[in-house]
Amino acid sequence: MPRYTTTAILLHWLSALLIVCAFALGWIMTDIPGLSPTKLKYYSWHKWLGVTVFAVACARALWRLSHLPPPLPASTPGWQRKASNGVHLLLYVLIFAVPVSGYLYTLAAGVPVLYLGLFQLPALIAPNPELKPLLKGVHYVMTMSLAGLVALHVLAALKHQFIDRDGLLKRMLP
Amino acid sequence: MKTTQRALFASLLVLSLAASAASLLKTDPAKSSVSAVFKQMNVPVEATFKKFTIVIDYNPQTPGAATAKVEIDTASLDLGEAEMNQEVAKKEWFNSSQYPKATFVSSAIKPVAGGKLSVTGKLTIKGKTVDVTFPLSVKNDAGKQVFEGALPIKRLVFNIGEGEWKDSSMVADDVTIKFRVTAAP
Repeated sequence: MPRYTTTAILLHWLSALLIVCAFALGWIMTDIPGLSPTKLKYYSWHKWLGVTVFAVACARALWRLSHLPPPLPASTPGWQRKASNGVHLLLYVLIFAVPVSGYLYTLAAGVPVLYLGLFQLPALIAPNPELKPLLKGVHYVMTMSLAGLVALHVLAALKHQFIDRDGLLKRMLP
Repeated sequence: MKTTQRALFASLLVLSLAASAASLLKTDPAKSSVSAVFKQMNVPVEATFKKFTIVIDYNPQTPGAATAKVEIDTASLDLGEAEMNQEVAKKEWFNSSQYPKATFVSSAIKPVAGGKLSVTGKLTIKGKTVDVTFPLSVKNDAGKQVFEGALPIKRLVFNIGEGEWKDSSMVADDVTIKFRVTAAP
């Protein structure tokens, strides 16, 4: 069975790892009550992770535009093709949209991002107390949508691996 | 009789002082602001104080006779998040229940080059008083005086941020108090 390119495989697992870390950290940090140095540190790390997710997403999108993924097996039913294409498209959209919404949210909150504590990233919008709660909500809803889609994506992969036993997962394994 | 005379003299003195203090300006709170600029993990953040009282006695003809008194409600610092605002009023930060106000009282105001003033006075935050000197610019904007300046302080000198917050790599020791006061006679 034709496999994804090594670059595509590498970028896929790298973004998976980064997204899981960013999601877990986002969950933990927002659960810390009050204010503490640890909380502030986690917020910064979460932002750095998000910026990295965005950068990797850009690399992936560029790679994807010039390299078609291996075709699905000819036996794949039509509805599965449609579902697969739809979920992949939405995943692509959200791995951009979630970091962007978080980035705009922190800018609206008046806290620009100093990537890795070294590089000042552009303040695309000015601090905006009206926009802030809106962006917070957007970031949350899109993050949870992404989490739901990732769950679906993983379940589908596991179904192929353990129920259909069609070896589809091998295309993406390192 | 003597006491009455004294009382009369005293009240006359007060009246004449009041007359000479006709340069006492009325601050326009809507066009005035006081904020604290600090670095959190090296990221500059600006937070504004929502409640303050500023009394400036200033006459452009005699700037050297000017005085200023500032009172800031420490619990009114707005960091943009209710949870954080409650936090900074707590004991480790401003301890606002015990020290509700931060104050500045000028002791000397001297004109310096470039139409600026050099202001010296006592800054009191969280019960600790420090002598400070900072430059102040004065501009006339449609009959109103606009005073603008920035005063750099070290937060740890005032014990702002105790315990684990003493770590200046999280919140820098250097804080700049920025202000802009619009006042009219």
